[in-house]
Amino acid sequence: MISARGLAKRYGDRRVFTGLDLDLAPGGFLLVTGPNGSGKTTLLRVLAGLAAPSAGELRLPERHTVGYLGHEPLVYRELTPLENLTLFGRLYRLPERAERIGMLLERFGLWEVRHERVSTFSRGMQQRLGLCRVLLHEPSLLLLDEPYNALDQQGAELLDSIFDERDLDKPRTWVVATHEPQRVERRATERLAFA
Amino acid sequence: MTYVSDVTALARKDLLLELRAKETLPSMLLFVIAALTIFHFALPHGTSHQAALGLLWAALIFTALLGLTRAFVAEREQGMFDALVLAPCDRSAIWLGKTLAVLAFLVAAEVVALPAFAAFFSGVDGRTVAAVALADVGIATVGTLFGAMAVAGRARELLLPLLFLPMAIPIVIGGVGGYLWFLVLYDAIFAVLSWAAFEYVIAEV
Amino acid sequence: MVRVRLSALAAACTGLVGLALALIFFVAPTDADQGFSQRIFYFHVPIALTSYACFGWGAWKALRYLRTRDERADLESYVAIHQGVIFGALTLLTGSIWAKASWGVWWSWSENQLVLFLVLFLFYCAYFMLRFSVEPGPARANMSAVYALFGVVLIPVSFLAIRLSQKFIHPVVFTSHGPQMTGSQFFVFCVSFAALLTLFATLYQVELAGKRLDAHVRELRELLT
Repeated sequence: MISARGLAKRYGDRRVFTGLDLDLAPGGFLLVTGPNGSGKTTLLRVLAGLAAPSAGELRLPERHTVGYLGHEPLVYRELTPLENLTLFGRLYRLPERAERIGMLLERFGLWEVRHERVSTFSRGMQQRLGLCRVLLHEPSLLLLDEPYNALDQQGAELLDSIFDERDLDKPRTWVVATHEPQRVERRATERLAFA
Repeated sequence: MTYVSDVTALARKDLLLELRAKETLPSMLLFVIAALTIFHFALPHGTSHQAALGLLWAALIFTALLGLTRAFVAEREQGMFDALVLAPCDRSAIWLGKTLAVLAFLVAAEVVALPAFAAFFSGVDGRTVAAVALADVGIATVGTLFGAMAVAGRARELLLPLLFLPMAIPIVIGGVGGYLWFLVLYDAIFAVLSWAAFEYVIAEV
Repeated sequence: MVRVRLSALAAACTGLVGLALALIFFVAPTDADQGFSQRIFYFHVPIALTSYACFGWGAWKALRYLRTRDERADLESYVAIHQGVIFGALTLLTGSIWAKASWGVWWSWSENQLVLFLVLFLFYCAYFMLRFSVEPGPARANMSAVYALFGVVLIPVSFLAIRLSQKFIHPVVFTSHGPQMTGSQFFVFCVSFAALLTLFATLYQVELAGKRLDAHVRELRELLT
């Protein structure tokens, strides 16, 4: 799914990481750990295809099969969940998007508030909506940057259940960055630690 | 035609955002009226209609700047560039959707500004209206592109006027002089350039 | 290898500039209409043309950057535009002096060339504001390149606009019938132009070398920490 050799990223003179090698097979779970500011976010952005590497080789799947959840839930605050997901549903050219959107909102407990603006939500609810957005187009590679940070209890349990989902049409590959790895430690098939 | 559908979805999103936030358009309307009022006091008695018309253009350009500065603020503050860039839509569709929304705001502001100008000063002829319409295209296309650039920097409210005003000078010349063919030329050249350049500008914001 | 080329370039530059100055002040015939002050023309117009060359070179390097994503092209584009702004400021200065000497005013809006340079000067100064405002990296390089390309397209568009906006009273230098200069005037003009282009090339290489050295030093510092 992802393969990297000698991957490096810098911004001007600021080197974030260098000489990184990585192989992630489909269905794998890469756990990226390290303190804040160590470069986890930058790595995830590079692996999501949002930032080009400064050096090295990188093989990634096509970007529309990728789902990315950053520190922000990446939803429009002045729109409703329904409007947000409809927009992304259209941009991702999803057939029968209304069904899928409804199903996701139900599952994440946002169906009742689907017509309210995201700005009225708690941080946990916004993050749950972010997860809906990420899962909307059924990506095969999901990159989550500190997902548990903003999730409330309900959201965290939902995320755990999503991690555990099997019997899917295509297996999901995960890259999760967190500075508290205990929660996902047991799922990890690969590990990368930033100093 | 998925491109058209993408652009429509994005333009709708931008118009919806503004309808909800109710920040940009009201500010633009207030600003243009306030500017015209100041210009009235700035002009001495017996000033020609030509001079007043010139100030109309100044008011329109600065009002446009006000709107353009806000164009990508939601994307910037909520990190939405990431979400939009990952979608399979062409990146230029993001630009086109935004440009159409900006165009709508400009037209809305001018629907108020032109009658106000006619009331405060003197009438506005058809040629001027056509020139304003053509100028709007140039302002929206270039301004949206530069708006995306400015929003990536630190001093974005300062940066956008600096980037945009030199580009606006030919627009003002074309508008004040009524050189409609020149405005068409300007629009054609810079619309294509902006459309093509946008994907580079948001490549790694 | 580069050092040898640079010193040769610098020597050629010094020679040409010296020659140009000598020609301008001692050899060029005194203009019947404007007298001695007309000699500013031998500075003003070549400086303006060199400035265009700088912006053109900067735009070319910008295009190269967008194609290849090679950071060196970004640096070269930046240095060329930096030189262009310096020469542009000199254009405005010499143009202003010439206007004062010829018509007794420090600025004239009917001088198309001068007005165009004012617009370009504003545009390319904003280029630097853009660069200072964005963190170094691919984003800044991309945006700078796009802006540099817009600038170079703006040159003819602005020129057309400025022409439309006024009567044309700038003494015409080059017409479709060839330069309205005598043979010896044309010769001095060409030498001056060549001298200034060489000066641009020299300063460009010098600044480029300096900035590359800077980058190397910073890189070493990063590696050592």
